Amino acid sequence: MIFRRIRDLALLLPASLLVAIGFASVFANDGGQLSDLSLLYGAGFLGLCIVAHTIATVALPDADPYLLPLIAVLACFGLVELYRIDEDLARQQGTWFIIGIVAFTATIYLLKKDYRVLKEYRNLLALAGVILLLAPRLPGISNPENGAYLSVAIGPLAFQPTEVAKLCLVLYLASYLADNRQLLVQEARGPFGIFPPLKYLLPLLAVWGATMMMLFFIQDIGSAIMYFGVGLAMLYLATGRLLYPIAGLSLFAVGARMLYELRPTIQNRVDAWQDPFDPDTYERVGGSFQLAQSLFSQADGGFLGQGLGGSILQLSEKTADGQLNLILPAAKNDFIYALITNEVGLIGAVGLLLVYLLIVWRGFKVALVAHDSFSKLLAAGLATVFALQVFVIVGGVTKVIPLTGVTLPFVSAGGSSIVANFVLLALLLLVSDRARRDTREDLERAKSQQNAWGPGAEAWR
Amino acid sequence: MNVGIRRLFVLVLGLFFLLMAGTVRWTVIEADDLNDNPLNAREQLKTERVPRGTIRAADGTVLARSVKRSDGTYVRRYTEAAQQASQLIGYAYTNGGLAGMERAHNDDLTGKVRSAATLLSALRGSNERGNDITSTLVPAVQRAGLQGLAGRRGAAVAIDTRTGGVLAMVSFPNYDPNEMGTAAGRKKLLGDTENSPLLNRATAGLYPPGSTFKTVTTAAALATGKYTPDTIVDGSSPMVVQTKELRNFGGENPGKVTLTTALTNSVNTAFARIAEDIGPEPLAEQMERFGFGKKPAFDYPSRQILASGEFNTSLSKMIPVDGNVDVARVAIGQERLRVSPLQMGLVAATIARGGDKPRLSTVARVTDKDGRTLSSLGNGRSAGRAMSERDADELAAMMENVVKEGTGTAAALAGLRVAGKTGSAEIIIDQNITQPWFIGFAPADSPRVAVAVTIERTVGGTGGVTAAPIAKAMMEAAL
Repeated sequence: MIFRRIRDLALLLPASLLVAIGFASVFANDGGQLSDLSLLYGAGFLGLCIVAHTIATVALPDADPYLLPLIAVLACFGLVELYRIDEDLARQQGTWFIIGIVAFTATIYLLKKDYRVLKEYRNLLALAGVILLLAPRLPGISNPENGAYLSVAIGPLAFQPTEVAKLCLVLYLASYLADNRQLLVQEARGPFGIFPPLKYLLPLLAVWGATMMMLFFIQDIGSAIMYFGVGLAMLYLATGRLLYPIAGLSLFAVGARMLYELRPTIQNRVDAWQDPFDPDTYERVGGSFQLAQSLFSQADGGFLGQGLGGSILQLSEKTADGQLNLILPAAKNDFIYALITNEVGLIGAVGLLLVYLLIVWRGFKVALVAHDSFSKLLAAGLATVFALQVFVIVGGVTKVIPLTGVTLPFVSAGGSSIVANFVLLALLLLVSDRARRDTREDLERAKSQQNAWGPGAEAWR
Repeated sequence: MNVGIRRLFVLVLGLFFLLMAGTVRWTVIEADDLNDNPLNAREQLKTERVPRGTIRAADGTVLARSVKRSDGTYVRRYTEAAQQASQLIGYAYTNGGLAGMERAHNDDLTGKVRSAATLLSALRGSNERGNDITSTLVPAVQRAGLQGLAGRRGAAVAIDTRTGGVLAMVSFPNYDPNEMGTAAGRKKLLGDTENSPLLNRATAGLYPPGSTFKTVTTAAALATGKYTPDTIVDGSSPMVVQTKELRNFGGENPGKVTLTTALTNSVNTAFARIAEDIGPEPLAEQMERFGFGKKPAFDYPSRQILASGEFNTSLSKMIPVDGNVDVARVAIGQERLRVSPLQMGLVAATIARGGDKPRLSTVARVTDKDGRTLSSLGNGRSAGRAMSERDADELAAMMENVVKEGTGTAAALAGLRVAGKTGSAEIIIDQNITQPWFIGFAPADSPRVAVAVTIERTVGGTGGVTAAPIAKAMMEAAL
């Protein structure tokens, strides 16, 4: 037991080292413009990681021990980069981290007994999701930015409901599909025996369609891709029919094409993606300036990077109207991956992706060992939505796909993203704890039975 | 369901592979293109953001350093010693661009070049400061050359024959590199087509080499095996080459002389006959071995160097030395030969090194901000053999005779053996406009410095009178 506790704490070593080295080098690179006091953020932040880790290990002793330390690596990395952009950003991130840990703890303790009660609240969750997505359009709290309705503003706090709504969607789908997967497969009719009766599909399509409509309505394409992808993935897992995702992707292609014709903002995005260095596209408002600069800063990073604090974010001269002349825009959220590549190079960027991949792998592992359909679908859905979020933003920044703004989980600045992803982590740990405890207890039971009939049986005979 | 979960994970693996491939594409494969993209201001900004390394002369004199401005950016300042070697040092300004050593060693000076030694500092944040460069430039030698030109247009180089390091590279008119940092200064310097101060006449000034080229002809003759220093050659003057009369300097007619005497007294007709005897091929091959026809191996911006050789009549294109050219006049450095002072200095250095052509360098040592040596010139490197050691020694002895008792006595140094060759190329015969030259090296018994000096368009100047004293002063300063 003691050994396990020590091991659990030792798993936080990579994150600690990262914070120590990161802060020291940013501090050194800055030439003393940052206050010494701010170095305490690093220590404080690390303390928060230890708190979260302790809470998790105490409340869920059987849960996957690697997930939280891996998340800590991401969070610490993000904090170092935010600190490097602006001291205040790091402070805000630290505050959001505390709120995230509170949400994480609350989720764990509320659902510790059995998270599967969530299954019963699926209609409520679906409704909550839709309301959340609608919120940015509601008068009073609407907070449009660049023509997209991504966030609501309640007082000084801006909040992106899509981040929380993704959890509602995954929970709803996991619950509905777990209950109806047999029917979806068994009662399939039609020419190839692939179309289940409409009544089983209808609720699914309704919620899903509403979500998609809502997303197009608020013009958050990045989240739409995420939601769509996770929906297809979970439908495939539940039914084992490859035709669902294929049909879904075809529908997506048609939808994307229509949207391209209808929405000039989307046309701009695709043009920018196809040739970011075209002078016309580059100069256009909403054109490829951001993407081109993102690629330039990655090229500047090269193999090893310019070092933490070494990238150039803005020109020394301000613009005519006194604004900062940014040459790497939105470095704190959408383009933080470009900033990271700039500073720690290909090596560091690939390292970061590998950390994400490890988290996703642990997530899928949870799904593999889980015992019931709901748990399996929930864990796999959460891991998939997490992976897709990374793919959408990093793919956009590296010109693999057209750029759409979502946050890079645990690294980008953004409160709602941190809180929502902490809840996601809490859910994964809950599923993991249950699955591994069941497995352990099964084994122990088998072992004690073996003991009862084993050496003792010899003597008895 | 587990099969589906595994498949899904494989799909995720594939997606992440795409992300990594995307990152590799921009950081490695297309990085150079992106860095050169005109929309990308980063490379320029770096010249301001990062204090460039300091450039020092071989004796420690500071030539160029970066100073911090009030807005936190850095700007380059050049000292007087750098102004004397302006074309060699060059300049680095955000709007003025890069030239000279500043351009050729930009990666070092901005700290961009990484080696195992700098890996750790790269992880910490490499570009706090660029690396420092100690150049091979010796200000005393540079000053001697500049003072020797005394306001006349011309160029001179001095090369350390043991390492290939450039001790001095004089080009006059020179300029103040600090002026390239201001719009007015740039306009003035770039607009001065009359004096072309930005032109490095040592590397990109092409002049007829005159009789200094006889060293190349002699090397070609020795290489054929048909000639030795004692071979008797016909120096009678005048002679008719390609229907036109060719005379010796001052119309002298020494008759039959040894090859040594022909070089010592620079007998045109003797070398014209040697060239006609051996033909164009051995001469062309010898030129190639000395590096004619190509830019020398030299850590200096390629765009600021011109290759030396035989040109077509409009001097726009290089042509081979073959049966179509007047090989007799090529042999004495006339015809349409155009050479840079750097190339002739390289010929002198090669002969001094026993026929081994050196790789030229402007940098003695690169050190990081903590004073660790990242690279150093050491003994330099060879750029290939141009002559056999025996031929080179024979040629060196003949050149020693030039300074001892021939046309080059003005280059003699007290107590030291000096080898050399004079040249006085005819530019406009009617007006007696000439291009005086001197190339040579010292001490002849164990060479340490090779020089090449030329002055543009003098009235009646000769290599022995006009150029040799400058070469002497430079060699004296170097030894």
